[in-house]
Amino acid sequence: MAIGDGPAGTNQGEHDYAERGVTVGFFTDPTVCIGCKACEVACKEWNGVPAEEDDTWTGDSYDNTGALGASTWRHVKFLEQPERLGRQVAGPMGLAEAGEEAEDPFRWVFLSDVCKHCEHAGCLEACPTGSIVRTPTGAVYVQDDVCNGCGYCVVSCPFGVIDRRPEPLPGAGGAFKCTFCWDRQSSGRVPACAKACPTESIRFGPLDELREEAAGRVGELHARGVEDAAVYDPRDTSVGGTHAISLLLGDPEPWGQPPRPEVPTVRLAAAWTSAIATAAAAIAATFAAFLLA
Amino acid sequence: MTAPGYFGRPVVKPPVWTWEVPLYFFVGGMAGMAAVVAAAAYLAAADPGLVRAAVWLAVGGSAVSTVLLVMDLGRPARFLNMLRVFKWRSPMSVGAWTLSAFGAHAGAAALLLEWIGPAAPPAEVVPFLRVLLWLALAGAAVYGAVLATYTGVLIGATVIPAWFSRHRGLPLHFGAAGLGSAAAALVLLGFDEPALVALGAAAAAVETGFGAWIEARRHGAADRALREGRSGWMLRSSGALAGPAALVLWLAGAAPWAAGVFLAGALLGRYGWMEAGRASGRDPEATFAAQQGG
Repeated sequence: MAIGDGPAGTNQGEHDYAERGVTVGFFTDPTVCIGCKACEVACKEWNGVPAEEDDTWTGDSYDNTGALGASTWRHVKFLEQPERLGRQVAGPMGLAEAGEEAEDPFRWVFLSDVCKHCEHAGCLEACPTGSIVRTPTGAVYVQDDVCNGCGYCVVSCPFGVIDRRPEPLPGAGGAFKCTFCWDRQSSGRVPACAKACPTESIRFGPLDELREEAAGRVGELHARGVEDAAVYDPRDTSVGGTHAISLLLGDPEPWGQPPRPEVPTVRLAAAWTSAIATAAAAIAATFAAFLLA
Repeated sequence: MTAPGYFGRPVVKPPVWTWEVPLYFFVGGMAGMAAVVAAAAYLAAADPGLVRAAVWLAVGGSAVSTVLLVMDLGRPARFLNMLRVFKWRSPMSVGAWTLSAFGAHAGAAALLLEWIGPAAPPAEVVPFLRVLLWLALAGAAVYGAVLATYTGVLIGATVIPAWFSRHRGLPLHFGAAGLGSAAAALVLLGFDEPALVALGAAAAAVETGFGAWIEARRHGAADRALREGRSGWMLRSSGALAGPAALVLWLAGAAPWAAGVFLAGALLGRYGWMEAGRASGRDPEATFAAQQGG
């Protein structure tokens, strides 16, 4: 499997991952993304996701989408960085002021961001209704007919993905995010965003294959002089890796990604110890106060 | 680019909770600890009026808490889905079940108390009712103490930097606020038991210590919402009210004043923590600082 395989690749053809219970993933590669936002459009169209209430011109490069949220399940980020892209030859006509160093490295890079479908998902653990479940292909899925809109998943997602949809949009009050096109996957189809991506910047397939492909791609880019290319797939934190991995150039922070995301449940043991100790101390103190008084 | 992160945009999502949730933290904490006071007062054979007032404070508080939580849901009609499953790894789930168990026990205790007292049941069933009452009171006390402290776990085990950087201290802070509020409310209802004054002073002392700890152990940009901006003002003034100000008033013997000041501080503090959560969730530098160990 490689970029350009067309219908022969996992990215376009029909599959039976759902039947076989294969853990699948996305691998998003910003070095071939052209920022066309076809993924955003395909996602909205297929899933019937409503337009946001506050559509505005942001002035943040060509990104008027802003952020992932209840009504944005794919989001193309536009980064303008004073960095060289690989062995790019920087010209004198860029952003440099007169008299400054003529060479003016500048790169404009794009990344289609999406729910990470974490191995240990904060939203899934936090959900008190059991609305958020894992699909047979390993994705994190919100059952809209169960969600009561408590909002606890919103503050439990280390990547700021899931959110509660405001009035007066359809489905208002419920929590929404990428479904990994479970409806398409369960009938052997590729998720809408990957299907629509014209450069195969969004790759879909078995997660272990994509991880190999991502590592291979990083090697290839390093050989071509793009030395700051790295896979973003936090496997050394409590998140335990993600099913939607991506390639980043440089640090994760400028991409709006947390450098060391943790699933909030890692703090449960210490917090509950404190809560139980406090409860016991309060009971003991109150009984002592009344029995000794 | 001068804005931190991606055009200065938040990395995590701030809480969507509105005014009902901090008010619930306040009312639920007070109600939960009122049940502890009721059980202790009953066991110590204190003023029966105090036992009765504390039990009804617990019952009323649990009812108000339930209404507030239902109102905050995005889909209030589905509030019963909270009890669809029990997930011990979700503090929201544990809390919903705790509130339900607490309400049931406190409600049973109130009914039994009214039956044994004013209603004067047949003498032969009274010993049996007393056992039931004691079981209901004990259950309400245990669930109530958890109800007053789990809220610290609830916001401590999240991705909001200003909250999770205090995940050990928050349950103690919320528990002390609940106990102090229960004692203060009962003092304001006219019960001037020395035990209530002692509990009020102890809670104010814990709050003083907690405030000092917040100021002394800072985590830089990660928890700056506890000190800066609107949330910083709210938390610092609430800490001063429920901490040193209330403590001095309790020790000076001005019990009603101490009670009023403590309740005001505790209520403002719950809103302060919610505001800090919003500010901290919106602040990408807080998320980065917390994860970079700064």
